[in-house]
Amino acid sequence: MTVEIDTQSMIETNVRHYAEEVNNIKISVKNLEAYFGKNKVLKNINLDIPEKKVIAIIGPSGCGKSTFLRCINRMHEVVGGKITGSITLDGENVMDTDPVLIRKKIGMVFQKPNPFPTMSIANNVVAGLKLNGFRNRKKLKEIVEKSLKQAALWDEVKDHLNDSGANISGGQQQRLCIARTIAVNPEVILMDEPASALDPISTTKIEELIFELKKDYTIVIVTHNMQQAARVSDYTAFFYMGELVEYSETKKMFVAPGKKQTEDYITGRFG
Amino acid sequence: MNENAELTKEYFEKRNKRTKTSAFIKKLLGNNNLGDFIFERLTLLFAMLVFLLVLFMAWEMYSHSILSIKKFGFHFLVTSVWDPFNEVFGALPIIYGTIVSSLLGLLIAVPLGIAVAVFLSEIAPGWLEKPLSFLTELLAGVPSVIYGLWGIFVLVPWLRDNVEPLLQNTFPNSPLFQGAPYGFGMLAAAVILSIMVLPIISSISRDILKSVPNTQREAAYALGATKWEVTKIVLGNAKSGLLGAIMLGLGRAIGETMAVTMVIGNRPQISASLLDPSYTMASVLANEFTEATSDLYLNALIELALVLFVITILINILARLLVWSTERKWKSNPA
Repeated sequence: MTVEIDTQSMIETNVRHYAEEVNNIKISVKNLEAYFGKNKVLKNINLDIPEKKVIAIIGPSGCGKSTFLRCINRMHEVVGGKITGSITLDGENVMDTDPVLIRKKIGMVFQKPNPFPTMSIANNVVAGLKLNGFRNRKKLKEIVEKSLKQAALWDEVKDHLNDSGANISGGQQQRLCIARTIAVNPEVILMDEPASALDPISTTKIEELIFELKKDYTIVIVTHNMQQAARVSDYTAFFYMGELVEYSETKKMFVAPGKKQTEDYITGRFG
Repeated sequence: MNENAELTKEYFEKRNKRTKTSAFIKKLLGNNNLGDFIFERLTLLFAMLVFLLVLFMAWEMYSHSILSIKKFGFHFLVTSVWDPFNEVFGALPIIYGTIVSSLLGLLIAVPLGIAVAVFLSEIAPGWLEKPLSFLTELLAGVPSVIYGLWGIFVLVPWLRDNVEPLLQNTFPNSPLFQGAPYGFGMLAAAVILSIMVLPIISSISRDILKSVPNTQREAAYALGATKWEVTKIVLGNAKSGLLGAIMLGLGRAIGETMAVTMVIGNRPQISASLLDPSYTMASVLANEFTEATSDLYLNALIELALVLFVITILINILARLLVWSTERKWKSNPA
C-alpha cells in the first residue's frame, strides 16, 4: 500500500516538476520598443523565453530581429540604440544592471566568426576570463579543454592550441567563438545568424552543437533559414516590420501557423 | 535567353577583333594581350625608377664624399672631433645628437599620439571627432621654421626659466640634468620634435585603430568587456600598424632640420645632460654647407648626408620587418 502511495506522489512530483520546467521563464520581455535615432525598429514586443530551450527568431531582413537579440544583452547600446519597456533576466531588469555583468550572463555569437586574430586558439577561448583578471594557469587550461570539447572543436585543434585563432576554417572559427562564449559560463547564449556565413557541413555541426548546448543554456537564435529554425528550436518567434507577429511552439508554427502572414513567410511567398 | 547568348557572343567577337594582335607579337608575348603587356611593363618601369633613384642618390653621395671616406674611413663614425678649421671630421656626436633627440622626441610623442588616436577613434562622439582630427592634422601642416621661431621665443625661455631649474632642483644628482640651463639644447629639440611628430603618429594611429573591424569590438563587448578592455583588444589588433606609425614618426624626426637647428644649440658634443646643447646631422648640413670652403670639408658634409640617408633607410627597413613579423603571426585565412 505504502509503495502505491509513493508511486502516486512520485508521479505527481514529476508532473509538477515538468510543469515548472516548462513554465520557468528565463527572460521576460514587456512592451519593448527600440529606436535608432528617431527610427522605431521594434514596436511593443511582449515575449517570454523559457529556460534551457532554443528560441528561434525568424523574419525578413530589416524586421528588427537582430536588434531584438541585441537588446537582450544591451548590445544595442554599442551601435547607438535606445529602448523603452523592460527586459528581465530571472526577474531582474537588464536595463538596471551593469551591462558588463549582463553580458557575462548573456553571451553572444555573431554572424561572422570574429575570433581575436592576435591571440592563440587557447587564449581566444579564455579571453573573457582573462579580461576579468582570471590568472590561474592550471584552471585556465582546464577551461580551454572543457569549453572546446563542449563546442565540439577540441579534437580538431588540440594539437595546435597555440596557433592563431584566425588560422582555422570559418566553421572552426565560429565554434571557437562559441567556445569563447561558453568559457565565461553564461546562462543565456544569443546567436545572430551563426551559420549564415558557413558551408553546409559546418552549418550541420553548429546545429548539432546547439542541440547539445540547450541542456545547459537558454539559447536565442536569429536565423534566415526556415529549415534551420524548424530543426533546432523549441519555440519560434516571427517578426515582421518591427512587430512580433506570432510566437509559439516551433512544431505548431511550422505545421499550422496561426496567422496568414506567418504562413506566407514560412512557405516563401514573401521575405 | 537565346537573344542574350547571341548578344554576348557578338560582344566578345567585337572585343577580340579590337584586341587582335599579330601572330608575331603574340609569340613574343606568350599568351598575353598587348594592352596588358604594355600596362604591366609600364608600371614595372615606374616602380623600378623609384628604386633606381634611391640607388642613384646613394651613388652620388658616395662619389662626392670619397675624399672624406678615404681619409677618415671608419673613424668618421666613431671619433668625436668635428673641427673644420683643422680639417678633422669625426661625426659621432652629431650622429648621437640626431638619434638621441629623435628618440627623446618619440618618447614624448608616442604615448601622447596614441592617446589622442584612442580618444578620437574609440571615445570621442562623432561631432567632436571630426574637428579634433582636423586640428591635430593641421599641426602637421605648419612649416617647420614657424615651429623653430615659436621654439626660440616661447619654448626656450620657458624651459630656461621654469622647467629646467625645476628639473635640477627635483633631481639634483641626476646626470640627466647637469650644467647651466640655457634653454637651448637637447631638451628643447626633443620637445619641438615631439610636437612636430605628434600629428603624424596620432593621425596614422587613428586611421589604423579605425580600420580594426567593429566585429572585434563587439566580440569583446559581448564577453563582458569594459570600454578600457575593449580598447586593449583593439590596440592588440592594431599593434603592427601602430609600430609602423611610430617608425614613420621617427623617420620624420630624424630628418627634421629647421626647427631643431633653431633650438638645439648646435654644438657637437656628447653629453648625458639633456640641458646641454647638441647637434644633429640635418642641422650640420643646413648650417655648414654654405661655409664649406675646402673639398675635404664638403666631402665630409656629404658623407654625413650619406650616413643620415643610410640610417633613415635602415629604420624604414627595420619598421617593415617588424610589421611583417607581427603580421605573419596572425595572417588570417579566408574563411
